[in-house]
Amino acid sequence: MRYFNNPEAMIKLIAAMQDGFANTLAIFFLTLLFSIPLGMVVALLRMSRRRMISVPVSLYILVMRGTPLMLQIFAIYFAIPMLLGQNLDRMAATILAFSLNYAAYFAEIFRGGMMSIPVGQHEACQVLGFTKIQAFFHVVLPQVCKRVLLPVSNEVITLVKDTSLANIIAVSELFRAAKNEASRTASVEPLFVAGLFYLAMNGVVTLVFSYLTRRFDYYKD
Amino acid sequence: MLQAINVKKSFGETGVLKGVSMRVSRGEVVAIIGRSGSGKSTLLRCMNNLETIDSGEIRIGGEPLVTTGADGKPVYKRDRELRTLMLKMGMVFQDYNLFPHCSVLRNLVMPQTLVLRRSAEEAKSKALSLLEKVGLLEKANEYPCNLSGGQCQRVAIARALCMDPDILCFDEPTSALDPQLTHEVLSVIRALADEKRTMIVVTHEMNFARDVADRVIYMENGLIVEDGPARDVLGSSRSEAIRAFAGEANY
Ligand SMILES: Nc1ncnc2c1ncn2[C@@H]1O[C@H](COP(=O)(O)OP(=O)(O)OP(=O)(O)O)[C@@H](O)[C@H]1O
Ligand SMILES: [Mg+2]
Repeated sequence: MRYFNNPEAMIKLIAAMQDGFANTLAIFFLTLLFSIPLGMVVALLRMSRRRMISVPVSLYILVMRGTPLMLQIFAIYFAIPMLLGQNLDRMAATILAFSLNYAAYFAEIFRGGMMSIPVGQHEACQVLGFTKIQAFFHVVLPQVCKRVLLPVSNEVITLVKDTSLANIIAVSELFRAAKNEASRTASVEPLFVAGLFYLAMNGVVTLVFSYLTRRFDYYKD
Repeated sequence: MLQAINVKKSFGETGVLKGVSMRVSRGEVVAIIGRSGSGKSTLLRCMNNLETIDSGEIRIGGEPLVTTGADGKPVYKRDRELRTLMLKMGMVFQDYNLFPHCSVLRNLVMPQTLVLRRSAEEAKSKALSLLEKVGLLEKANEYPCNLSGGQCQRVAIARALCMDPDILCFDEPTSALDPQLTHEVLSVIRALADEKRTMIVVTHEMNFARDVADRVIYMENGLIVEDGPARDVLGSSRSEAIRAFAGEANY
């Protein structure tokens, strides 16, 4: 053992992986920031009665969920420069690919949540004179949030681990940093240290979601 | 006040309303009775714009909600005008449809502030006075999931009243309730009738229809078969059709 029985070496290792961890956090938070609202928009478009809208959107969801995220990251990183004639920052490409991919998963979760709201809720809004937009924001969305919490937490936990896929286009995130240290020092221990980081992050995610679940416990439906 | 003229509606192949005409005057309480599947709910839902009709005409307070155009297709009012017109109608559903994520008070306040643009204080005092009227003032801060069915239905009635509708419609407001709770809801409706509110009540409660309604409409197979003063339709001189129906219902 090189690190786990040597606090000084461990501290150095962690310092060396610090930037990688920061990038992992950036991918994680920016992906959530973009993919959740985008997922809501995709869900609404997917539910459109106009086939001109719903069919292409279904296709988008199929492609995003039906092909490897790794491939999508490659595709965006290499295809966009070819289309636009301009290079894309590695980090930007990663976040774009992750956001588009996760939006598709979130969209299906949100769609399920919205379809589970009884028609009676919409009818009550209508007879009370709500506009569609008022009904959505004041009646549907708050109830959907409660109903989708559990499936969303699953996706968020998966996202924490998926951030490691960014290393295939050489984004220096946590896993890549650990791999570098591992090969530099010919030890597998840095990889396990990275594993503990992912685990800790997901510990926090779990705590946040159990807090949110309690926050929504004030009513039952 | 409310008028339906030769309203027709079908779901796919099956005709559900086959030319229904009726009118309700101000201050009148009209009960609609009839067998399951006779089209009572569909008629009420058409008048509340929850279903679109295939042909005919519906007027609310003299204003047309829908008329039949030159091509025989129904022409509805649109957008804002439609929503303004529909504010004259209030509707209470069989399964209440309260907003579960809102407290009782919020259920009553939110529609007023959002739709009628009332101030928070005004909406709140209106809500509280109506809760008092239905006897649920002490439940203002409860959530619907903690109320009994009868209490939920009374909240739903108060919520509909908050919007000051000209006509209040009820679709079997008590059929999800046991007799005890049915009683408390019916006495609220009875009190509204005493205030001379215009109401249309679809119900299976024959006693209630006879005691409270000014007029009773009996529907069969998508048509209005009987329409007249409650004592005539349900009284001793009642027709063969009603006799058979009322005999089956718990009368
Ligand atoms: N959305 C719908 N799609 C297809 N058929 C429907 C729909 N709603 C109602 N129907 C049919 O229309 C007919 C009349 O239904 P409606 O609900 O108006 O009857 P009702 O008189 O209210 O009966 P009940 O006393 O059981 O409430 C029924 O045969 C029903 O199956
Ligand atoms: Mg019905």
